[in-house]
Amino acid sequence: MTTQAPRFWRSIPQRYNLKGTHCTSCNEYFFPPRNLCPNCRRGAHLEEYAFKGTGTIITYTTIYNATEDFERLTPYNLAIIQLDEGPRVTGQIVSSLGEIKIGMRVRPVFRILGKEGDRGIIYYGTKFAPILEPSCAKE
Amino acid sequence: MRSISIIGVGCTKFGERWDVSLRDMIAEAGVMAIGDAEITGEQIDALFVGNMSGGRFIEQEHIGALIADCAGLSRLHVPSTRVEAACASGGLALRQAVLAVASGYNDIVIAAGVEKMTDVSSGTAADALAAAADREWECFFGATFPALYAMMAKLHMRRYGTTHDQMAQVAVKNHHHACFNPIAQYHMEVSIEDVNRSPLVADPLHVLDCSPISDGAAAVVLAPTEMAKRFADTPIKIIGSGQASDTLALHDRRDLTTLDATVHAGRAAFAQAGIEPRQVDVAEVHDCFTIAEILAIEDLGFVEKGQGGKATEEGLTALGGSLPVNTSGGLKACGHPVGATGIKQAYEIALQLRGEAGRRQVDEAEVGLAHNVGGSGGTALVHIFTR
Repeated sequence: MTTQAPRFWRSIPQRYNLKGTHCTSCNEYFFPPRNLCPNCRRGAHLEEYAFKGTGTIITYTTIYNATEDFERLTPYNLAIIQLDEGPRVTGQIVSSLGEIKIGMRVRPVFRILGKEGDRGIIYYGTKFAPILEPSCAKE
Repeated sequence: MRSISIIGVGCTKFGERWDVSLRDMIAEAGVMAIGDAEITGEQIDALFVGNMSGGRFIEQEHIGALIADCAGLSRLHVPSTRVEAACASGGLALRQAVLAVASGYNDIVIAAGVEKMTDVSSGTAADALAAAADREWECFFGATFPALYAMMAKLHMRRYGTTHDQMAQVAVKNHHHACFNPIAQYHMEVSIEDVNRSPLVADPLHVLDCSPISDGAAAVVLAPTEMAKRFADTPIKIIGSGQASDTLALHDRRDLTTLDATVHAGRAAFAQAGIEPRQVDVAEVHDCFTIAEILAIEDLGFVEKGQGGKATEEGLTALGGSLPVNTSGGLKACGHPVGATGIKQAYEIALQLRGEAGRRQVDEAEVGLAHNVGGSGGTALVHIFTR
C-alpha cells in the first residue's frame, strides 16, 4: 500500500483529540467536523468543539475475519458509539469479548490503530473502553 | 417522458471465472443481449456500464471506452459512459439508460454491468470492496463490510427479536433457488445447520451469511415502448425508477436498522409506477448479507418493519410463497460481481415476466421489482417492471 501519511497527518486533531464542530445556529454537534451543517447549510455558524469522548454503545460486532491491516488483531470488537453530545462514531472497544453489551457506557482511550510496515508511520487514534462503575452500566 | 421497454437481455455464467477476462465477459453478455433484441450495432445510440472498481481489481479504468471497443462498436464511435455507485453501479447504469431513453435523447441504449474480482487475492478484493464504506471514519478503525451489516443485524435482533436462524433461512432459500438457475455461481443446497456451523466472519454473520466474490457481466437493451414491438415478442416495460442517497457512513444514519435510501428509492419507483408493494409478483433484492434481504423486504414495504425475519421463516419469500424473492439465487448464491449485479437483477426479472425462467418460474408473474444497494446503504436504486 502507498503511504497514507498526508491524509493521516491532516486529521490528527480529530483522531487524537476528537475535535469536531458545533453549529451554534441549530445546536447540533458534528464528528468528524463538517464544513457544511446539513440543517442550516449556508446559514450555519460552525465552531470547533472538542468532544468529551464518553458515550454509549448502540450496536457492536466481533470481527473474526479482517482486512490485511487488521488481521493481527482478530478477533476484535467494533461498535457504533453515540457520543454524549449526540453524534455517532465507529470505533474499536478495548474489552474482553464477552464483556461488551448494547447500552454499555464507554470512554475514549489513546491507542495505536495501525502502522505502515516496520519502517513506516504509526497511526495513533482513539479506541473506547468500558466505564466500569456499576451505576453507569445500564441495560 | 417516454415509456421504456427492455427488448433484449444477456448474462454470463457467474462464478470464479479464471478462464475468462473482463473483456471476454462483457463481450459475451453484450452479444447475447444484442442478439436477443435482434438489433445491429448501427442502431445503438449509447452505452452505459456499471463497474465498481476496475482500477483495483484489474488495474484498468476507462471501462466505458473499453466495453464499446470489446463490443465491436469502436468504429461507430458510440458514446459509452461508465458509472459507479459501489455495489449499485449496475442499477445506476440501468437508471442512466432509462433516463436517456425516457427523455427522448436516445432511442436504443444498452445498460451493462461487469466486474472481474478473482484476478486479485481475496484480501485485496476485500480491501477494494471496503472502499465503498467510509475509508476515513469506518475502515480506518478496522471496520469491514460484513462488520457493518453485522452491526445492523445485532440491533435488528435486539429490537425485533429476529433470530440468526431466520437470517440463515435467507441463505437456505437463495441457495435452493440458485439450483434452478443455470448461470448461478453455486448449485449447492445449504441447511440452517450448515450456515450456523460455517466460521464466524463478524458476529452474528457466518461465512454462509455472506455473498461471495464473483466474476460476471450482464447487459440489457432498452428502447422506447412505441418502438419495442418491432424488436421483441414480449417487451418488458420499466414503469418505475427510483434512486436515493444517504450518509456514506453507517453510524451517521437516522436509524441503523432501516436503509432510508431504499425507502426513498422505493417510494419514488412505486409512485411513478402507480402501484403498491402488494402488487409485486417477483422481486430481486440486494442480499449482500442475509440480514440485508430481511431489511430490504421491510424497507420496500413488502412486510412491516421488524417482520422480515418471521416472513422469511414462514416461506413468504420462497418460490411458491406469495412473493418469491431472489429467484435467481440472489447475490448470496447466484454470485455478486458487484458492477454486474444490478443488471443481472433486471435480466432475471425480464426472464420471469417473459415466462422464460424455467424451473424457477413464478406462475403468472406480471409485475417485478429490482433493488440494488451501494455500500451499507449510501445509494439505493429500485426499478419496477411489467409485461
